[in-house]
Amino acid sequence: MAIKDRMSGNEAVSYAIRQINPDVMPAFPITPSTEIPQMVSTYIANGEMDTEFIPVESEHSSMSAAIGAQAAGARSLTATSSAGLALMWEELLLAASNRMPLAMALVNRTLSGPININCDHSDGMGARDTGWIQIYAENNQEAYDNFIQAYPIAEHENVHLPIMICQDGFITSHAVENIKLLEDHVVKEFVGEYRPEEYLLNPGKPIAVGPYSVTNYAMEAKKNQEIALENSKAVILEVAKRFERISGRSYGLFEEYKTEDADYIMLLIGSAAGTAKQAVHNMRKEGKKVGVIKLRVFRPFPAKELAEALRNCKAVAIMDRCESYNGNGGPLGSEVTAGLFRHKVSIEAVNYIYGLAGRDFTVEDVYDIFEELSDAVENGKEVEQYQYVGLRK
Amino acid sequence: MGNYSLKEVMNKPERLAPGHRMCAGCGATIAVRAVLRALHEGDRAVIGNATGCLEVSSYMYPYTAWEDSYIHNAFENAGATLSGVETAYKALKKRGRLPQDETYKFITFGGDGGTYDIGFQSLSGAMERGHDMVYVCYDNGAYMNTGIQRSSATPMYADTTTTPVGKKSDGKMQNRKDLASIIADHDVAYVAQTTFTSDFKDLHTKAEKAIYTEGACFLNIMAPCPRGWRYDTPEIMKICKLAVETCYWPLFEVDHGKWTLSYEPKKKLPIEDFLKEQGRFKHLFKPGNEGLIAQFQAEVDRRWEDLQYKCARGN
Repeated sequence: MAIKDRMSGNEAVSYAIRQINPDVMPAFPITPSTEIPQMVSTYIANGEMDTEFIPVESEHSSMSAAIGAQAAGARSLTATSSAGLALMWEELLLAASNRMPLAMALVNRTLSGPININCDHSDGMGARDTGWIQIYAENNQEAYDNFIQAYPIAEHENVHLPIMICQDGFITSHAVENIKLLEDHVVKEFVGEYRPEEYLLNPGKPIAVGPYSVTNYAMEAKKNQEIALENSKAVILEVAKRFERISGRSYGLFEEYKTEDADYIMLLIGSAAGTAKQAVHNMRKEGKKVGVIKLRVFRPFPAKELAEALRNCKAVAIMDRCESYNGNGGPLGSEVTAGLFRHKVSIEAVNYIYGLAGRDFTVEDVYDIFEELSDAVENGKEVEQYQYVGLRK
Repeated sequence: MGNYSLKEVMNKPERLAPGHRMCAGCGATIAVRAVLRALHEGDRAVIGNATGCLEVSSYMYPYTAWEDSYIHNAFENAGATLSGVETAYKALKKRGRLPQDETYKFITFGGDGGTYDIGFQSLSGAMERGHDMVYVCYDNGAYMNTGIQRSSATPMYADTTTTPVGKKSDGKMQNRKDLASIIADHDVAYVAQTTFTSDFKDLHTKAEKAIYTEGACFLNIMAPCPRGWRYDTPEIMKICKLAVETCYWPLFEVDHGKWTLSYEPKKKLPIEDFLKEQGRFKHLFKPGNEGLIAQFQAEVDRRWEDLQYKCARGN
């Protein structure tokens, strides 16, 4: 029986963590993810869960301790945002390359500077090549659902990789919405027990973790890690199917909204998908053939699947809530256009940067973008291929 | 520890296997083996290791020299990494995923670079939180793995590759950080400073105490590096003896806040006796540099008196 409640995104993820009751959680506070370790600590203090919480002195240490705990044979996790994730960067690489299936609740916040506490995806995107699986949520329900699917994906024998479950800072993490929660025993059964094959605290079977590797071996280690990330795509879909059976909610690599006959599609990640869907809903009433693709899984990147989903439209607006300072567009823009090229899909593809450091993204912005796309296709208007939305004039 | 016998402990099975790639005569492996000899037979251990000579030479894929479970994570986080391992032990024990009669001990090794400097925050955090672990610093007074650069453990006037002696330089300009005191000020269970003495009793006793005292424990072991210090490799025991007899490296412990001197030389030797054996201090013996040696001596005296005061007071 689903439990109907009202919660913020941080409450929803903390609730999922309580239900999973992992072994070890090291964490260090940073806005807007601070509530997660606070709420978990409160659950522990009240005897509602018995995870070992380590109040570490920095995020570098939270990821280091999480790796140590996971290597020792414990299911571990942490939560962070922004600069906290940036400070962990070295350790993110080690979590992935040491094949530690630990989980992280990432509450997306912009990276400094200037220092700013609001949402964009520059933190998660900055870690996009660290070898982690990355799953993004549109709302609190998805943040909750994705977190419950995290360990079954990460711990799968074909994967063994860390997983980042992302939600938008404040917009999702602090806004209270209706939510459907699963019962504790259903979650426990779904996630199952952690049974690693090899771990430090395995009496009589010692192992060594974190070798120096000479050139003769290091390249194979990296290739094996890449294969695992590719494998995770099928596992993500398999776990989503299992999850649908317990929840009735279905998930894929991305969600398509009114794209079947759409000439113009907006592709984006996270909470702004709600705004885009509302705009599309309104425009459809006026007979405009527009749609939305909301990317859920950014790593592994579903280039082929996205190219197929975009094959029959005339133009796509690729929305980046992140500047990547490469002089050529945002990370999603770069990866999608490369994917279209590789899969021989030749459509107009405009890369828009929006919502940085919490800048509002409105239904009107969506109208304007679709207007610009159709102007380009139908009237041959030259459109800047990489541009900002919502800048102060 | 009344019946300590070097011969007996040397007959225990080695927990760091031979065949690793550390230099002949390296102080680090002597320190590691001596610490591991203090583990009681039947007790298991997880060994942590900061990046450094010891790590890159003892666990080179696909070979490991470690008989116990071992984890290297990165350079600056040996403290945090082992605190995660130790906490996992608590969690697994509590949840019945480890047999109740299995005992694991947690020991991590770092050089002075990974301990005094880049790993200082991680160490401080792990010590303050009171994890039941031992952090062992093998202090050879410079970043030896990258080629003898100065660290905050490098003594004043040492010639290193980032404090080279030249026409306008007498070597390192600062005194070394007193890390054992700093960790003692974290109010941890046990801190000790030691090095290699002829029977290794001091090191063995302190290692055993650190391993079997509940809570966070710290051992600072002077572990000479023949390449970085530039002495004749077989003379390591003489170097250590002179460090102790000149009071450059006093032996002491701080047990739950109580300071105790482990050894007091009958006749404190002049610091020249320690310095003159080492190429890194060669310039101090050039005519006209007598004042530098006098300054070095004054700093040794000041620290020795301070230590004597703490030990006489008991806390």
